[in-house]
Amino acid sequence: MRIHIKNGRVVDPKQGIDVVQDVFIAKGKIVAIGTPPNEFQANRVIDAQSLVVCPGLVDLSVRLREPGLEYKATLESEMAAAVAGGVTSFACPPDTDPPLDEPGLVEMLKHRARNLNQAHVYPVGALTQGLKGERLTEMAELSDAGCVVFGQPDGLLSNLRVLMQAMHYASTFGFSVWLRPQEISLTHHGVAHDGEVATRLGLPTIPVCAETIAISNIILLMKETGVKVHLCRISSAEGLVLIREAKQQGLPVTCDVTINHLHLSDMDIGFFDSNCHLMPPLRGFSDRNALRQGLLDGTIDAVCSDHAPVDEDAKLLPFGQAEIGATGVELLLSLTLKWGAEMRLPLSKTLRKITCDSAPILGIDAGHLSVGSAADLCVFDPEEYWRVSSNSILSQGKNTPFLGMELTGKTKYTLVNGQVVFES
Amino acid sequence: MNSKNPQLNENGALKHLLTTEGLPISVLLHILDTAESFVGVTERDVKKIPLLRGKSIFNLFFEPSTRTRTTFEIAAKRLSADVINLNIAASSESKGETLLDTVNNLSAMNADMFVVRHSQSGAAHLIAKHARSDIRVINAGDGSHAHPTQALLDMFTIRRYKRDFHNLRVAIIGDILHSRVARSEIHALTTLGVPEVRVIAPKTLLPKMVERLGVHVYHSLEKGLKDIDVLMMLRLQNERMTGANLPSFEEYFKYYGLTPEKLSLARKDAIVMHPGPMNRGVEIDSAVADGKQSVILPQVTFGIAVRMAVMSILAGSQT
Repeated sequence: MRIHIKNGRVVDPKQGIDVVQDVFIAKGKIVAIGTPPNEFQANRVIDAQSLVVCPGLVDLSVRLREPGLEYKATLESEMAAAVAGGVTSFACPPDTDPPLDEPGLVEMLKHRARNLNQAHVYPVGALTQGLKGERLTEMAELSDAGCVVFGQPDGLLSNLRVLMQAMHYASTFGFSVWLRPQEISLTHHGVAHDGEVATRLGLPTIPVCAETIAISNIILLMKETGVKVHLCRISSAEGLVLIREAKQQGLPVTCDVTINHLHLSDMDIGFFDSNCHLMPPLRGFSDRNALRQGLLDGTIDAVCSDHAPVDEDAKLLPFGQAEIGATGVELLLSLTLKWGAEMRLPLSKTLRKITCDSAPILGIDAGHLSVGSAADLCVFDPEEYWRVSSNSILSQGKNTPFLGMELTGKTKYTLVNGQVVFES
Repeated sequence: MNSKNPQLNENGALKHLLTTEGLPISVLLHILDTAESFVGVTERDVKKIPLLRGKSIFNLFFEPSTRTRTTFEIAAKRLSADVINLNIAASSESKGETLLDTVNNLSAMNADMFVVRHSQSGAAHLIAKHARSDIRVINAGDGSHAHPTQALLDMFTIRRYKRDFHNLRVAIIGDILHSRVARSEIHALTTLGVPEVRVIAPKTLLPKMVERLGVHVYHSLEKGLKDIDVLMMLRLQNERMTGANLPSFEEYFKYYGLTPEKLSLARKDAIVMHPGPMNRGVEIDSAVADGKQSVILPQVTFGIAVRMAVMSILAGSQT
């Protein structure tokens, strides 16, 4: 299959390209940009007039809910949602049922995903067996099966000794460890940020120090073990201060923020909107502003969707009992563009947060349009408005705080390995 | 992200009573004035009026309660409504039925009004949002969020004894952190124009940024009671003692319990209120609870009139 993408505005943040030109694809790879290779005969010509052609998006957190949680979503539904969002590579967290702690489970997931022939799936292996924080997993075996990094998605291990050993072991093999910094003993039964909104609504709280204490512990353990760490889903201004400092010291630490925390604060909970029941909790307005600034200055490396489809009934409960999470993989592009527009950034600077800056965190060669690399592309209309609704979202999860909002930026074509896997 | 006040209809009239927060002063005064007219009814020999004849009111108590449920029941019966009491803690929820399934089933039995108590903050809002549009919802306490009828009967009591809200200093004392009563009282007092509302508690029993609700924070009972006209005590729940909030009942009583000596620091004509049930010897000394400044029993009596007022106003409002 040879594809000629014509007249698009080609934006490749990694190479600093932003110019209207053509892209030529053959045998799954980008073979030329600008002038066609000799005797290039396209099987298909895509007219990208007034569209943006950029690297396929790399999302650091997409839950597929398989194995085990198929009532919330299936591999089919969520893989389709990902490419509809322009996402061509993503990490899926190990918090499935059972968790991704055995090579067989990982192989099965990779195999099922490969057969669907859509986005590339990169499973995050469980750091401990059953994610219980007691025994290490067979990280080397899991890596052979296809895990690229290892994580503990549900807050910090209660036993710091196990965490330290897991970090030591991971660093033996050069694996990076993904942790969501949240001290469990300070989380208790909390469901909301410890601030004015929770005080008014009478919701049990999670203080900011649950995050900062965890970050401090992780940073100290990084110094002890030398492991590379990615901190998932930072929520607070004070947390960013610690990460900025660690980066200045030269520690190999990266972090991400979710599309929800980038735009929302605890005020958006309004009258108990359970779609805003997220983890970490939406924090104060000044935290949100610090996150937006931190993403701009590079303290935060990437934006992720933190895609978590939840079945509708599980959200029709009082706020504290409603299941945590929001659907998001189809909103990643639009909400990142929204941040970039509000910060008055050039498109290339905005897009790098979901392409060439997120790919290295996952340790993969993706997120750029170099000649000779895999033709994973997203072609989108930067001007098109769309309304977030249960009809416009393909994911089985329709739960998002952005329901009813109008957003700009709509994926028109998604290519993976030179195949058109989505078009609208 | 919908910020429209869910308890008012398009004309600004009360459709549900979910919280005192954000209610206009005119609505609060209308409830208090209506309650005034029902006090006479509760003192008559024949205590029934036919305002809600033919209406079905469901008391949905997902959390055990005797006093509040009983006063709602009496209020509804005095208005000639049919009352159905459901102690759901012991039935549906334990069988796995969701809150909204329970509500939908009861709606199908032609309910007109739900009186809801639930351990989760926001439960009454959820029901009001999803119930059939002709159904009225009264929040009888949700988690630590709100208990608006208790706050209203407290306002009614204050007005009875103090006449005017505009020259009062009011202190709320005790477990503010977990108290839905305290939150609803604060919103009602500030809306009604009380110039100074204080909260008095140790730091472990105060929510973050509580001063943003418009109150002054005191940690010393002695200092906080100076010049106070109205003392609103809160119940200290036994289960709070098992956590890391307080070291012991004894220490709490020594520093925050209301004794006659402490009470003497307030104004001579100060009144003492308590939403009940009281823990004598924990938050309040018997000598105070039964003393001449106590208005705790009149609160209970007024509670019926206030709940009658709320029910009749809701029953008369448009969708």
